[in-house]
Amino acid sequence: MIVVILLLASIAFQWAKHRAISLVGGTRGIRNLHSLPAYYGMYVALWCALPALAVLGVWHLFGDRVVIGMVLAQMPLAFQNLPADQAGLLLNDLRNVVAGAIPMDTVRPEIVAAAHHWQQLNAQSAVAGGLLALSVAIIVGVLALRTVRSDLRARNRVEKMAEWALLASSGIAVLTTVGILASVLYEAIHFFHFVSPIDFLFGTTWSPQMAMRDDQVGSSGAFGAVPLFAGTLLIALIALVVSVPVGLFSAIFLAEYAVRSVRTVIKPLLEILAGIPTVVYGFFAALTVGPLLRDFGVSVGLTVASESALSAGLVMGVMIIPFISSIADDMITAVPQSLRDGAYALGATRSETIRNVVLPAALPGIVGGVLLAASRAIGETMIVVMAAGLSANLTANPFQAVTTVTVQIATLLVGDSEFDSPKTLAAFALGLVLFFATLVLNVIALKVVRKYREQYD
Amino acid sequence: MTESAGHQQTTQQRVAASLRRRYAAEMRFRAYGVFAVAVGLLFVAFLFTSIISKGYTAFEQTYVAVDVVYSPELIDPAGSRLAETLQAADYQAVLRASLRAEFPQFEGRTSLRHLYGTVSNSAEQVLRDRVLANPALIGGHERVWLLAHGHIDMFVKGQIDRNLPESARPISDEEIAWVDALQTAHRVQIRFNKAFFTAGDSREPEQAGVAGALAGSALTLFMALLLSFPIGVAAAVYLEEFAPKNVWTDIIEVNINNLAAVPSIVFGLLGLAMFIQFFGLPRSVPLVGGLVLSLMTLPTIIITGRASLKAVPPSIREAAFGMGASPMQMVLHHVLPLALPGVLTGTIIGMARALGESAPLLMIGMVAFIVDVPHGLSDPSTVLPVQIYLWAQSPERAFVERTSGAIMVLLGFLLLMNAVAVILRNRFERRW
Repeated sequence: MIVVILLLASIAFQWAKHRAISLVGGTRGIRNLHSLPAYYGMYVALWCALPALAVLGVWHLFGDRVVIGMVLAQMPLAFQNLPADQAGLLLNDLRNVVAGAIPMDTVRPEIVAAAHHWQQLNAQSAVAGGLLALSVAIIVGVLALRTVRSDLRARNRVEKMAEWALLASSGIAVLTTVGILASVLYEAIHFFHFVSPIDFLFGTTWSPQMAMRDDQVGSSGAFGAVPLFAGTLLIALIALVVSVPVGLFSAIFLAEYAVRSVRTVIKPLLEILAGIPTVVYGFFAALTVGPLLRDFGVSVGLTVASESALSAGLVMGVMIIPFISSIADDMITAVPQSLRDGAYALGATRSETIRNVVLPAALPGIVGGVLLAASRAIGETMIVVMAAGLSANLTANPFQAVTTVTVQIATLLVGDSEFDSPKTLAAFALGLVLFFATLVLNVIALKVVRKYREQYD
Repeated sequence: MTESAGHQQTTQQRVAASLRRRYAAEMRFRAYGVFAVAVGLLFVAFLFTSIISKGYTAFEQTYVAVDVVYSPELIDPAGSRLAETLQAADYQAVLRASLRAEFPQFEGRTSLRHLYGTVSNSAEQVLRDRVLANPALIGGHERVWLLAHGHIDMFVKGQIDRNLPESARPISDEEIAWVDALQTAHRVQIRFNKAFFTAGDSREPEQAGVAGALAGSALTLFMALLLSFPIGVAAAVYLEEFAPKNVWTDIIEVNINNLAAVPSIVFGLLGLAMFIQFFGLPRSVPLVGGLVLSLMTLPTIIITGRASLKAVPPSIREAAFGMGASPMQMVLHHVLPLALPGVLTGTIIGMARALGESAPLLMIGMVAFIVDVPHGLSDPSTVLPVQIYLWAQSPERAFVERTSGAIMVLLGFLLLMNAVAVILRNRFERRW
């Protein structure tokens, strides 16, 4: 159908172009037109295609629901008055029968009849939607064609439409944020009907398994997220302890000491670390670093869990090194040379200049960079999913297994999940906390970095 | 006078005395820098050697030669030679009978189970295909090279230590003796593992390949590119060339910068709640994966796109206006073509990041075990990084090698994309 409409639009394009040319008496009279002939074509083609596509889209979005409503209305009364969950099951069955996933002869005759009805309506709806879109395309196209005159400001109109399209594209970014907020907030509020926000934010036991039956043991369904927050912070802290000194000092070395040739070799090599997918780091942490640390722990008499906070934090730190070093590098090179020259003139050595002049001047920017790195460490998923484990321990011991917010989101939602159990919804509440935590860190960091950049511009 | 000279003297002396200490501090400071860089480079080297040393063997596979007897009683007792009969025959029994006949030293249930387990269960299919292609084989016998089981493969590649006690290794003493005997008879071969690049996922490590995941990744990236490139470029053009300076465009800008730093898993939540729950799109399909990844890469493309639009000098714009171009014509005919190499570079880098992304795809169900290679945007599929995650979770030893091999394939593609981006930048980007 879309192809047909586009074909129609291209016909309209040619038609309008020729009409515009013939209006002014052939190609010689083109200068009497307000715009180039192609703009007239474009103008009519857009009018032909856009409303029709919009109609098609709306039909597609809502047609299905109307069809379902009509099918249900046709079914025997016994089916119409089912409670909500059974009605959902019935609908699912029907859908499967219609799609051919369940053979017709295994279900009740009422459902078969309804399925036939559904298929019939579907076919009718497709035909009706197509015809409607087609007639819209033709009618609007012809109307637009009739407006083509030599003094029609076709170019301006086309450009206005293009500008609206550009504006809409940049609006997608805002829509994404709104979408994230809406979806996370909606499900989280749902969750807070089951569990109070106070219990969620300040409770210290996390065991999201809900009892399916009342007599089941060990499935209390506690949703106190403090162990998750503690685990997240512990791992992020280890990561920062690894990455901040290494990143900062390598930035200082590369920006202040290294000669050009060394710099051009080493910088890209370090930035390889930033391009490696996180799942690779996760594999590395789980299969190389974890066992290595455990063996090392055995040799010095410490018990290190094979899925320890330390291995996840260490590897995450490695991942963040290039991030910190490149921001610190930018900030250090942005410090004006005159400040360094002043320090040298007073007799300071290089390291004294760096420590007493360059670093204090670059500090706000570096702090901003560290905050960005922290937000990345908090939101990182794959490394911790693969290397940190699932047990929600409330501990500050880096040799034990801890779990994090992102690990829990991932494990709660992987697989077929229903949207009515607190277990699934808890993931969205955690997502809400994560989103806001990283948002706050990012906003502060971006503000600090930007403010600092302007200082020396 | 004398006093001040004396004071100066002492200052100089004090400076001279502190110089040694200060120079030592200087050297120390410099050494910290060198040390930090060395640590970083060491990590890079360690990571790569660890993965390559674990993974290079994934590109080879062990085959063993078995003398197969195509006994007519087992395949086609009626002698009809109809295609259906040949298709439905029990080739597992054929293989087992052949193995028993050739290695009579295996006796008893456990022993026989070991013997049958030495050859991968794909062998049946191989024999069936051979017989279907050439029914004349029935009644005869031939030597067929068959895929060895994953444990045997690991042993031949030297990744299982024969000196371990029998209970601590996955293969028995009998099997080791069997492999040794075959090896002395030159009936064990290590060949290039073509199946790794042509097969989909499998429960059996020796049959598992990355083709399905690669196809899934390609489809997902295609979808993401289709959406994010035009939208990203349009948004960059609008913000850089048309947007008035007001509160709204400020909001959009801050928004884009923040979106670039939102954790990827949150995009997964968006995909799950919005596309799957609200719009009712199916799970585990490249269509939804591409949608989520396009939203994720959009900020990257917009930010790099704006930077390269900004790099086009204003004189170009003024010249276009001077020739009577409208703002839209100025952008489309002059500024955008000049900025295109930079925009493309940014897009490729964004796509490379999307290729390595797995967390949001876990949320939308692209973690299912899928054997078939997907062919369309709505076929259930998985992607390469998620495949790596899945294999990394498998307890079987042979999957460690596969995982590292898949990582090498993934890193190879990333390297390729980044190399293209660098070449594009160096070749086409103009310095004004």
